[in-house]
Formats: sequence, structure tokens, C-alpha cells
Amino acid sequence: MREIAAEEITRVVAELCQEANFYLGEDLIAALKDGLAQELSPVGQECLRCLLDNAELAREERMPVCQDTGMAVVFADLGQEAMVVGADFNQAIEEGVRRGYREGYLRKSVVNDPLDRVNTGDNTPPVVHLRIVPGDRLTLTVAPKGFGSENMSALKMLTPAQGVEGVKRFILDTVLQAGGNPCPPVVVGVGIGGTMEMAAILAKRALLRPVGSSHANPFYAGMERELLAAINQSGIGPQGLGGRITALGVNIETYPTHIAGLPVAVNISCHVTRHRSRTL
Amino acid sequence: MRGIIVAEPIHLKLPLTPEDCARLQAGDSVRLSGPLYTARDAAHRRLFEALERGEQLPVSLKGETIYYVGPCPAPPGRVIGSAGPTTSSRMDRYAPRLIQEGLLAMIGKGERGPEVVQAMVEHGAVYFAALGGAGALIARTVRELEVVAYPDLGPEAIHRLVVEDFPAIVAIDCRGRDLYKEGRKPYINLTGAIV
Repeated sequence: MREIAAEEITRVVAELCQEANFYLGEDLIAALKDGLAQELSPVGQECLRCLLDNAELAREERMPVCQDTGMAVVFADLGQEAMVVGADFNQAIEEGVRRGYREGYLRKSVVNDPLDRVNTGDNTPPVVHLRIVPGDRLTLTVAPKGFGSENMSALKMLTPAQGVEGVKRFILDTVLQAGGNPCPPVVVGVGIGGTMEMAAILAKRALLRPVGSSHANPFYAGMERELLAAINQSGIGPQGLGGRITALGVNIETYPTHIAGLPVAVNISCHVTRHRSRTL
Repeated sequence: MRGIIVAEPIHLKLPLTPEDCARLQAGDSVRLSGPLYTARDAAHRRLFEALERGEQLPVSLKGETIYYVGPCPAPPGRVIGSAGPTTSSRMDRYAPRLIQEGLLAMIGKGERGPEVVQAMVEHGAVYFAALGGAGALIARTVRELEVVAYPDLGPEAIHRLVVEDFPAIVAIDCRGRDLYKEGRKPYINLTGAIV
């Protein structure tokens, strides 16, 4: 068994929390530049120019791109031949989030209880998704999720008879209803299939795929392109103030499902769709 | 709309006067300079509940501007961390009451409900959109920061900021004209319907 020190996990999670918040991904920068070239609205063009300036400034000054530095979502793929030593695995991740948010001067946005609502003061706990995978490595991905866009997300249990038209309708309705709230241009993560919670996790994982990439299956790749084109004819535009560029990408992930069901989850993410990964 | 073709932003001093508000039109680009207050979800709830109980507010809102923001902590040597706007519609439940109390301007992002627009029209208030997700750029316009109420709320405490050339767009003017509706019309393409 290969040993991985818990302290190493803490150190890497702390770094990833900061890097994800300071450095906007190259895929998003490229998509914003493409969007600027296509945008017809002067207000929309100005928004997109400012967002590119903002990303550059954040990178240069190690400032968070957005003040909503999110609830930390951590994806951990742990090789079955690796062994975490020295401390509790989950606590190691939690300590990494605590350290990263403190040392990076990131905003502490987590409350202890959904109704009692007292800020925990250190942005913990994170949401952790653990998978056991072959091999002896550990891949950690930190995806801080802001709630302006998270709040606009939705899940629906469709029936098989509603089919592809029902799926497209639900995705479009969710994005159109969100309007200017989730800081468009958005990235739309979609999970289709599985069970209720599986669809939601697929939608979240879809946001980790680079903007501009396509589903491996040509049918779903076509659906991604079709939905993106339709969303960008809604007129919502950058910041919802009118224009063409309402979304930068639609990423769909799928999973087998039950004979009676067609779960669909839509996880909306803003133009600051952040995630950083490292393999130990 | 006027603001879309006006290249030069309108420079305004805070706090705004009722005359400033009356002049502004949806679509105008502005640069705001002077003091304002920050407040978001939890602070709004406390302000609202204080008014319901007939108590005095910790700060007077008469003629003031509220910026919907929960900033990041300031790194060493800086006034403030990233400080972009949060989604305004979550404050819709409380905003009409605060407008009645004299609040003259709000800064945030996203659409407002009809009750808020109605209160704005009745009291001559204006709603500005700041650029959501441009926290680093906006932070540069903040010159001073002081926590003035509810310090236990952390990033949600009420801060008094002094800003200089804070960039915003008039999203809804005091006549109820709404850029979130009118600004979209030219770009809606119904032939794009796929279902």
C-alpha cells in the first residue's frame, strides 16, 4: 500500500481553494473572449470586457475573482491501493478548507444550520464526494460554488414519456427563469438519468468538464450545442441586461436509469465556474 | 435607451439627492462617489424586524444608498477584499419597507419584483446594477471601510464604505422603466425555439 500523509492532503486542499478562487480557468477566459467577439449589445460587450479585466486583475493580485468564494465542494478519487495515514481523511480535507479560506482571505460563507444560520467562521464544513478508484493515487478537485447561481438550479423527475423534448424544455425553462440572477453568461451543468441524487451529482460533475468540450456521445453532443444556441437566443445576455451571450456552455452527463424514470438535474454556474485539481 | 448610446458615464456624488434620482434613466451608465452602506440577507432581516417592532435602526437610511454585498476579508495593506454585488431579489421581501424609511438607492444584481418597483416609483428611488462577479475590479473603487452595525454577522455585517467612481448601470429608474425587460427585447430571437 502506498501511504499518503493526511497533512499533505490538508496542504493541497488549502492551495486548491485559493488557486480556484484567484485563477479563472483558461477554458472560461477563451469562452469569454469568444463571447465578446459575438456579442452585439454594447452593454453586453462592456460587461464581458470588464469580466476579462477582472479575471486578469484577480490573477495578478491574487484576489478572489468573485467575493462569493463559495461553499467548498471537494471531489476526491482515492486509489484502492493508497492508504491515508496520520489523521482522519475527512478532517484532513476540512482542515485544508479552513486553512485555505483563512490564508487566502476568502469569504466565510457557510452557516452551521440551514435554519439557525450562524456563520461557522471558517467556511467549513465542505461538501465531499469520495470515489474509490483503481491505483494508488489520490486526485483532489476543489470546486468552490457560489450560491447566486446555485440557488437558480433545479431538479425534476420526468416520466419516460416526456422524453427528449421534456428534457430540453426543463433545461431551457430553468435557465430562462434564472434570468439575470445567476450572473450570466452562465455555464449549465446537466445530469440526466440515475436516481434523484445521482442526477444532481452528475450535473455538478458536468461543471468540471472544460467549457467548449463535448459529450462523447454524438447525440448528447448535439443536444449540448442545440441547447446552447437556444439559450443564446433568449435575449437575457451578459448580467441579464440584454444581449446574445447568456451561456458559455452546456455540459451534459448521463447515467443509466430505471424503467419508470427520467431524472434531470440542472446545476447553473456563473461565469466564474471554478475548479482546480491535483493528483498526489 | 439613452444610456446604451451615451458613451460617457454620469458622475454622481453619494448620498444622492431626489433630483439626481429623478434625472436618471434605465440604461444610464454611472460612476458613484461617496459614502454608502452594505447590507445583505441577514442584515436586511434584522433591519426589517427592528422596524416591525417599532425600534430605531442602527443607522438612518434617509436618502442613503445600500449596496447588496458581502465582501471578502481585506488582505494586509488593503481596504477590502473582493466586493461584487449579490443577487438583489433575495432582498425583495424587505426592500419596500426600507424604501418607505427613506432609502433612495440600491445597488445589486438581477431582476426586482413588482412590489419593489412599485415602492421605487412611489418614493422616487433608483436601482443600480453592478457587475456581478467582478469583485476584484469593484474592490479597487473602495477607499474606506468601517463596520457600523451587526458585527456578529461577519461578511453580512453592515459596513459603511466610501467609494470613488464605483461603476454601475441604472437597471430600474424611478419611473419603473426596467432594463432587465427593455434591454433584452432587441436580442430575443423566437426562431431559436427548439421545443
